[in-house]
Amino acid sequence: MAGAVAVVFAALLLTRTVGNEYVFFAGYVVLQFVVLATAWNILGGYAGYVNFGSGAFFAAGAYTSVALIQAFEAPLLVQVLAAAAVAGAMGFLVGALTLRLRGIFFSIATVAIAVICETVVINWSFVGGARGIAIFQPEAPAAFVSYNRMLFVAMTCFAVLAVGLARFVESSWIGRGLRAIRDNEEAAESVGVPTLRLKLVAATLSGALMGVAGAPFPLYMSFIEPVSAFSLNYAVSALAMPLIGGTASWLGPVIGAVLLGTAQQVVTVTVSSELNVLVVGLVLVGFVVAAPQGILGLAQRLSGRGGASR
Amino acid sequence: MPPELLIEAIIAGLLLGCFYAAMSIGLSVAFGLLDVPHIAHPAFLVLGAYGVYLLGQQGVDPLLAGALLMPVFFLVGLSLYRFYHAVFERRGSDAGLRGLAFFFGVAFIVEVALILAFGVDQRMVDAPYIGDSVRLADMRLPTRMLVAFAVALTLTVGLSLYLSRTFTGRAIKAVAQDQTALALMGADPIRVKQWAFGIAMGTCALAGALLIIVGPVEPGLGRLYIGRTFCVAVLAGLGSMPGTLAAGLILGVAESVVLTSFGASWAPAVAFGLLLLVLAVRPAGLFGR
Repeated sequence: MAGAVAVVFAALLLTRTVGNEYVFFAGYVVLQFVVLATAWNILGGYAGYVNFGSGAFFAAGAYTSVALIQAFEAPLLVQVLAAAAVAGAMGFLVGALTLRLRGIFFSIATVAIAVICETVVINWSFVGGARGIAIFQPEAPAAFVSYNRMLFVAMTCFAVLAVGLARFVESSWIGRGLRAIRDNEEAAESVGVPTLRLKLVAATLSGALMGVAGAPFPLYMSFIEPVSAFSLNYAVSALAMPLIGGTASWLGPVIGAVLLGTAQQVVTVTVSSELNVLVVGLVLVGFVVAAPQGILGLAQRLSGRGGASR
Repeated sequence: MPPELLIEAIIAGLLLGCFYAAMSIGLSVAFGLLDVPHIAHPAFLVLGAYGVYLLGQQGVDPLLAGALLMPVFFLVGLSLYRFYHAVFERRGSDAGLRGLAFFFGVAFIVEVALILAFGVDQRMVDAPYIGDSVRLADMRLPTRMLVAFAVALTLTVGLSLYLSRTFTGRAIKAVAQDQTALALMGADPIRVKQWAFGIAMGTCALAGALLIIVGPVEPGLGRLYIGRTFCVAVLAGLGSMPGTLAAGLILGVAESVVLTSFGASWAPAVAFGLLLLVLAVRPAGLFGR
């Protein structure tokens, strides 16, 4: 709890002291990925169900915001709550349809949701459709130099919230049940673990947090259109970051998001953005093959502790 | 919808459906029989299409190019399965998640590599049978669809016969039923599975040729086909070759009718919708084990 307050305070301090606007621009993206990766890990790392459609949940949050802004200029908090509700409902729906089946069908359903959502948005002119729509940032609150800095602090709060929720889930009976499901679902069911209910909880929570990550996106970019909102980069990054950091605990996605997010920003600015995407894919496959427990696992191995503790 | 339009949609759908069956037959083997979460299958279809495009630039007919690429893809399939088996199938509880992530990563790398090599522009091939159409009563059927239909039919029937009549084919079906029993019979299940995966990959070459014959390709096309191929593979009943043909036809007709009624933007959703419906109602598929 104290750590959470300290992080938010540090973020606030940064907005007062640092002059370079780009720091907040890039920092927002990294924090956004912290939320996305943590959200993915709740279902993917803890329960073992792989979500390939993170972009859809992210964009669902973003477009909920857009719809609310277009309808009655809703404030940021309302946008975030609504985005969480919509994306969470989507997670619940996909889960209800497919979590009864084998994991791969859930994964394919997440690809389906991504395609279907993108099609719906492209055909919905109220939120801009295929052309996209420009969103005007309101005045920054008095304490901040620019609206982007306020968004930076907001995203810090969301990141802290997401990590807090992940820690709570991980150490509670929910997390224990999810770990049992990941290790051997049939055995878990036979001892009485309510597998479907736990999976649905994880899916809804995961979806909702992804929606929260996406909610401030239209304001941050001042413009939104379907191709970039539903970009495959979100799906791959949300998958790669926890796998790189380590899926077993809440710390893994944070490490992965900070490392990969920063690396992506550097590569995009210095080399090319297409090469950046290739690098993410290669790093993902490399880690999946060679370091299955991610960086956390490597650290554990190096420090001499056995891998048996989970 | 006026009946003539409906009939046209259905006939176009049958041609399209046979094409989808050809796209999915490799997946029916890899995922249906071998239980490999081969999400990268559509990416390799696109890779095959680009291979055919490259050979087409040298003047090679697309179908011939597809046939020529089949042994290459077969070998790639052998090695890919070998690798997948060594790294994932033998490890413990995390293996499902990681295997899936692995193939997703492979699909992603293939797509991005194609973008870097060819750019995002669409590529097409030329052949005497592309661009022509045939008259049937009041309808015009594009010749390239008829070609795709014929080749797809041959491929599906050929593979079906191979699996049921030849020794290796039956070994493949056996390893899908009970791997341990096959080992007890004296055959090495890993080598059989490797061979089968190679065949599945080989079909990607010919199917890729059909893909670029039927329409222009661009690197992101694979994602559209994830839904279609898995829908067909699951609707077929995992591992059934005749089922793949039937399922392909059903999907083709469904998509064609939706396309005619509601427009092209909803067509991709049909495959996924059908897949979810099948999984909800009859997960074993039409001809499932």
